[in-house]
Amino acid sequence: MNLRPDPTFYATPKIAMEAPAETLAFTLMLSPDGSQPDGLAVVDVDPTSKTYGQIVHQLLMPNTGDEFHHFGWNACSSSLSPLTGHAFLERRYLIIPGIRSSRIYVIDVKEPLKAKIHKIIEPEEVFAKTGYSRPHTIHCGPEGIYVSTLGGGGKDGTDGPPGIFIMDCETFEILGRYEMDRGEQDKHYDFWWNLPRDYMVSSEWGLPPQFENGIVPEDLLSNKYGHKIHFWNLRQRKNVQTIDLGENHQMALEIRPAHDPAKDYGFVGVVVDTTNLQGAIFTWWQKDDGTFEAKKTITIDPQPADADDLPELLKGFGAVPALVTDIDLSLDDKYLYVACWGQGEMHQYDVSDPMNPKLAGKVEIGGIVKKTPHPNGKTFGYGPQMVEISRDGKRVYWTNSLYSTWDDQFYPGDRGAAMVMAHVGEGGGFSLAEDFWVDFPEGYRSHQIRLEGGDCSTDSFCYPSV
Amino acid sequence: MDTTAALWWAVVGSGVYHGVNPGMGWPLAVSAALMDRASGSLYRAIAALAAGHLLAMAAILFPFSALLFLVEWQREIRIAAACLVIGMGIYLAFNRRHPRFLARIPPTRLALWSFLAAMAHGAGLMLVPIYLGLHHAAGADPGHAAAAQLMTSNWGVAALVALVHTVAMTCAGGALAVGVHRWLGMRFLSRSWFNLDLVWALSLIAVGAISLLTVH
Repeated sequence: MNLRPDPTFYATPKIAMEAPAETLAFTLMLSPDGSQPDGLAVVDVDPTSKTYGQIVHQLLMPNTGDEFHHFGWNACSSSLSPLTGHAFLERRYLIIPGIRSSRIYVIDVKEPLKAKIHKIIEPEEVFAKTGYSRPHTIHCGPEGIYVSTLGGGGKDGTDGPPGIFIMDCETFEILGRYEMDRGEQDKHYDFWWNLPRDYMVSSEWGLPPQFENGIVPEDLLSNKYGHKIHFWNLRQRKNVQTIDLGENHQMALEIRPAHDPAKDYGFVGVVVDTTNLQGAIFTWWQKDDGTFEAKKTITIDPQPADADDLPELLKGFGAVPALVTDIDLSLDDKYLYVACWGQGEMHQYDVSDPMNPKLAGKVEIGGIVKKTPHPNGKTFGYGPQMVEISRDGKRVYWTNSLYSTWDDQFYPGDRGAAMVMAHVGEGGGFSLAEDFWVDFPEGYRSHQIRLEGGDCSTDSFCYPSV
Repeated sequence: MDTTAALWWAVVGSGVYHGVNPGMGWPLAVSAALMDRASGSLYRAIAALAAGHLLAMAAILFPFSALLFLVEWQREIRIAAACLVIGMGIYLAFNRRHPRFLARIPPTRLALWSFLAAMAHGAGLMLVPIYLGLHHAAGADPGHAAAAQLMTSNWGVAALVALVHTVAMTCAGGALAVGVHRWLGMRFLSRSWFNLDLVWALSLIAVGAISLLTVH
């Protein structure tokens, strides 16, 4: 417990943008075949440092086969609301779930270069206390730490629907399930909320048999992956509305609400439209009567390609889809970054008018067909995937792995881990920093990035920027 | 300064103390004004917080004022009340966790939140020894016979203590909320927020102890 609020808690997104720039990044490393333990890499991102762009510390876990994916902080700017009652928490621990093992690690990064394991929650405890499995997205909020899961009970995670559970934000005890009335929600992926407006939005990927051993083409072509988003009364823990984006909009993944809580809209990315192979972004918003609506506001066309250049899975289509696998919104709610993992492109959309996004910049790197190298000449395997934006919006970092078994289907062979950074121009546009390239240890892939002191997909703000 | 005046100042002082603490709610009034882009929302939120707090004070003070009809037991009641306050202080000193059910109250139900937050932190309890002291001073001190007559009923004093305390709290918290909304900006929030959990627990113990020592 601090005597003052943690200096990295910011009342508004605007104050967060004006805070000092990050000097360290935390990046998850996973061993795709489970032969080595997964780990957390601490990356120096301070351009004035001698070790700029290098892993300056790495913490390997005592188990193998966890498959690290997403992770998050124990506490964030949401603590600054009197309603939460925990204003004096420290932003100190990273909560890292293994989506394959269902094990959860709590890592103490108070001294980042001496990051150490604080607590391990074994899978059996997760199963016993929640009936869920395959924990995924982490957000700190009013009742503690919220963890979304991708699987229900049983060996293959299909015994009951997946959902969200809550952990105590001080002891990291699992407290139990979040949902009191889940309505028609039966799949899960991401979630986020607007705290003062008291709503939460959640999305759907698929059930464990649909992803653990690779994408199931028959399920995709018969539109069996998730295509709905769910709106919840956050504190009543009740699903109040479900919007079906249309069954052809397969895999509605990342939910990105506007950071400024006075704004009542947000975005969700759709991996692929099975009718035309487009990637898509929907804008969703709350209407005056409190109900929600969603509309497709961005589409990204597939790019024609020779069957010879395509993996087995795509040969029949003669085109490479964008595969919108991650999106991230800058803290000023101005730029939405969209990872087109299949095509090897990172797009920057100006979403000042959320109903009319405009493409403001594009970076090409990697890709199934294009395989664009980094400006420093090195080969960037796979495509742009997990993307994270600095608080000030001036730097965009990303890595290249999607999910071990899916990587292998879309990009056969081992293509290596990567983490790169792009500088954002004053009036929009962005370009890769030639001098930033992180080398990862052999045999690893890189996944989500968290920035020291918070970033654009961790903190929830309780006060408008005005 | 005589005892009665000192006690009334304690009522006001504890109100100011509650009011300036962000944890008791004034930032929520700023948030309401910013969310609605209307300063009217700030005053409505402050009023809701005040109503909840007033109710919490009354809910604690009235049972004690009812007990005071047992005139012969006044001394014992004061001792028991002081022990209760000390007990709450000790409990809060060792258990500094905020009750989680408070986080489930929707942001639109500020009066309810304010009521429950005050109850959970024993805000009303702090006033009990002060109130009992006032009651005792009014009865025992002939110089205050007039005042005693003015407030013949115990209920009247209890209501006045709750009201004066809440007005002091509302003015202090309201002034901060208006100041932050108009001039100081939200940065002031993290600058002005101190972890008073332990100080709060210790002040409960202190109030109880002083009350115990002055029982005669």
